[in-house]
Amino acid sequence: MDAESKTTPASSRKYTDSALRLESVSKSFHAGGRSARALDNISFRARRGIVTGLIGPDGAGKTTLMRLVAGLLSPDQGQIHVLGIDALSEPQRVQSTVGYMPQRFGLYEDLSVQENLDLYADLHAVAQADRHARYADLMRMTGLAPFLNRLAGKLSGGMKQKLGLACSLVGSPPLLLLDEPTVGVDPVSRRELWSIVHRLVEERGATVLLSTAYLDEAERCAEVALMHDGKLLGQDDPAVFTRGLAGRSFHVFGTGISKRALQERLSAAPGVLDAIIQGSRVRVVTEQPVLPTAEQLGEREHGLEITPVAPRFEDSFVSLLKGSVQIAKTPPVRAMTSSATAATSNGSDVIVVSNLSRRFGDFYAVRDVNFTVKSGEIFGLLGANGAGKSTTFRMLCGLLPASEGSLRVAGVDLRRAAAKARERVGYMAQKFSLYGDLSVFENLRFFGAAYGLKGARQRARLGWALEEFELGAYADATSSDLPLGFKQRLALAVALMHEPDILFLDEPTSGVDPLGRRDFWRRINALAERGITIMVTTHFMEEAEYCDRLVIMAQGRILAEGTSEEMRARFRSDALPNPTMEDAFVALIGASENNRAGAAG
Amino acid sequence: MNRALIMRLRGLLRKESLQILRDPSSIAIAFVMPVVLLLIFGYGVSLDAKRVPLALVVEQPNRDTASFTAGFFQSPYFVPVRFSTVQEADAAMRARLVDGIVWLRSDFSRRMLSEGNAPIGLIVNGVDANNARLVEGYLQQVWADWLAKFAASQGLTLNMPVQADVRVWFNPAVASTDFLVPGLIAVIMTLTGALLTAMVVAREWERGTMESLLVTPASIHEIILSKLVPYFMLGMGGMILSVAMAVWLFEVPLRGSLWLLMASSSAFLLCALGMGLLISTVSKNQFVAGQIAIIVTFLPAFILSGFVFDIRSMPAAIRLITHIVAARYFVTILQSVFLAGNVWPVVLPNIFALILMAAIFLGLARHSARKSLE
Repeated sequence: MDAESKTTPASSRKYTDSALRLESVSKSFHAGGRSARALDNISFRARRGIVTGLIGPDGAGKTTLMRLVAGLLSPDQGQIHVLGIDALSEPQRVQSTVGYMPQRFGLYEDLSVQENLDLYADLHAVAQADRHARYADLMRMTGLAPFLNRLAGKLSGGMKQKLGLACSLVGSPPLLLLDEPTVGVDPVSRRELWSIVHRLVEERGATVLLSTAYLDEAERCAEVALMHDGKLLGQDDPAVFTRGLAGRSFHVFGTGISKRALQERLSAAPGVLDAIIQGSRVRVVTEQPVLPTAEQLGEREHGLEITPVAPRFEDSFVSLLKGSVQIAKTPPVRAMTSSATAATSNGSDVIVVSNLSRRFGDFYAVRDVNFTVKSGEIFGLLGANGAGKSTTFRMLCGLLPASEGSLRVAGVDLRRAAAKARERVGYMAQKFSLYGDLSVFENLRFFGAAYGLKGARQRARLGWALEEFELGAYADATSSDLPLGFKQRLALAVALMHEPDILFLDEPTSGVDPLGRRDFWRRINALAERGITIMVTTHFMEEAEYCDRLVIMAQGRILAEGTSEEMRARFRSDALPNPTMEDAFVALIGASENNRAGAAG
Repeated sequence: MNRALIMRLRGLLRKESLQILRDPSSIAIAFVMPVVLLLIFGYGVSLDAKRVPLALVVEQPNRDTASFTAGFFQSPYFVPVRFSTVQEADAAMRARLVDGIVWLRSDFSRRMLSEGNAPIGLIVNGVDANNARLVEGYLQQVWADWLAKFAASQGLTLNMPVQADVRVWFNPAVASTDFLVPGLIAVIMTLTGALLTAMVVAREWERGTMESLLVTPASIHEIILSKLVPYFMLGMGGMILSVAMAVWLFEVPLRGSLWLLMASSSAFLLCALGMGLLISTVSKNQFVAGQIAIIVTFLPAFILSGFVFDIRSMPAAIRLITHIVAARYFVTILQSVFLAGNVWPVVLPNIFALILMAAIFLGLARHSARKSLE
């Protein structure tokens, strides 16, 4: 993380009061005879003059908490005080005082940037005389000045987010509530937003409450509150969380064993809390701060190279979660790994994309894209929203014809026989695209039948899916009632019913908590070990680490291709000795913009 | 404080006006929809029977039958076709080639004056009851006219038990357009009022803009007012367009005063806007809001307002329901202001009903709207 822009830890300053105080707040929602507890007895404070991060996966209760603080919801029980105002009895006073940016930025898309700003300035009754200076200040922070006359709907995701922020700042609020401001925007915009937030805190002494599902953003907050399942797992300086894990994180490199097989063995080893793939290594978090030996990790046949690494925030979140959830050690994914099909890739080209372009009018959503995916590979398509990932994906699945270029999937030319290629391909869409009103079993049967499964083979595949994905207990449950992680498992099972050779995953882990994400990738790894080719899109930079190879896309073009390690290595410097995937991404975007500027000039 | 209030209202109103100008859908609902509906109803739908194909069977043609049937050929209501036998005419009726058969038997000339009843057989296709009744009525008119003319030419006086001297008031030409168009204006205003506000507020929820609007100093009164004023103007614009089309295109007479028309329209429009706002508090989704608006406001206005179907001929239970359909009162006002003039005993109670309903709907909308997401 960029250390310069990070605020001084709260502990080093003296704060006497809280901007925000929640006392044993609970909130449930009722719909259709069922009720869900969104917040469970939360007590929480946010101190004045710092950034407090509300961190947790989708469904943790972050948005509910934000809305309670904004006086948009009233709690079932408990007290909420915002800047000394009782939010329960005087919601309007809270709403007149705070600045609030809801998840979708709350912009009027058919109004221009200037008109949006004017509206919020009018609503906050900013005097005409003050506006000039106020706008100039906001323009300086957001860099929106050249786009004042552009309609908000025509802005890019990152600019919309900055305009949303500017609108919530027009009234100079002492407290700023930002609900997932960084979701879905590219890493460059994310960094810019964070630097604006930090400047607000430093220059104006504003208090900020910001929610996010990105764990790597925790380290940019002065204080974080970790949420999961409506509960508060803990609140402190993020450094305190990671400090508890000092000496418990390691990189393990195995010779003569694939990284995926190694990861699977390590996650099952005693004393190991967490094991995930990072490039060619496996990152391990242990229960005790001792350098483990290969024997301790249950690995005797292969030589292991174990090096200690600095703990990350995600490590502490996962260990907190595992402590609070008390889950049994996950058994290795059996049938998949012991499958009859050999676990080696024969290295033949399964997907060949050359000079692929897709135009919409005179706009190129995808431009001159080339890549090849070998069988048994996990291949990633990395990029922000709007980079052209989904368009490329739709063309690969034969759902959208290409404007130019050629596409071969499993040896079939998609321009000629899209249907034939589709038989060999399993597709898992970004959103839960199964029938919510059907049961788990009915969904599996329906999609199996749609791929022509019947009789004994259908029965066998149904049995396989229920057992393999541990869905047996939920076979009769209505799909829409399943927890997110199970929905995702069901979607994956459905995509695999007809035993495809190639699996397309479109943003598969979006919104899933870190444990759910690990479970999902464990299954994907097992599939790859079995020889299935996997192509995945993601905007989570850290998920690139799971991929054997990947391409980074921006504005419809490929910026780089290679392994995650190669990409990170390209940007290693004295200033950045250990660049993350995000650092590499930001540097690539910068380089491509410079190139274009150079070419134009 | 006052300065801030004015500034907030100005900001909200300006935003709403900009959105109206930039989003073609609200303009379409307010101005294109009235034009389309008026054209369809003004030209396409007519409750008058005109150019009805009619079979004429004359068993023994002579001077009398010729002079009688000549009346049909002159009438704008009929297109007569000659058949020589009733069987042929019958077959044509079954094939829906004609809608009625006029059968002059061989003894027509002998019986036409000596006996009290007409020696004419009339068979009417009763599938469309309304049309059948009209054909029957016209035919009797033709018969009576001819008989009177015939008697006069012979220097005789007809001895009919009752002689009806018919005069049609308010709509002397008995043109259904004159009756339909004023009622249609009520239906159009229901659409612009209820549909527009319901959809526009739902759109703010759907796009997430309402959530940020709520967390500002603007009060719920100001937010409601900012939705009422622009759409009131838009609705009145649609109203004026409809009235102009009615008067100049369809030549519906406007016998009452224009200001009374505008005053009652304002009252009704407030009703419709109130209903729309009330719907928007129930549904935060444009599609559902549109469905609800059509089912609870547009359809009742169409069916239960007396616009096409006479309320007095409805069963008692349905008649009772029509009292909560605001369009009912407005249709009555419009029909009297257009066709009869400022008939105060009719207009006043109905305007009063509209004002009461507007107050109820707006009050309910205000009551159920909260600055909260619950």
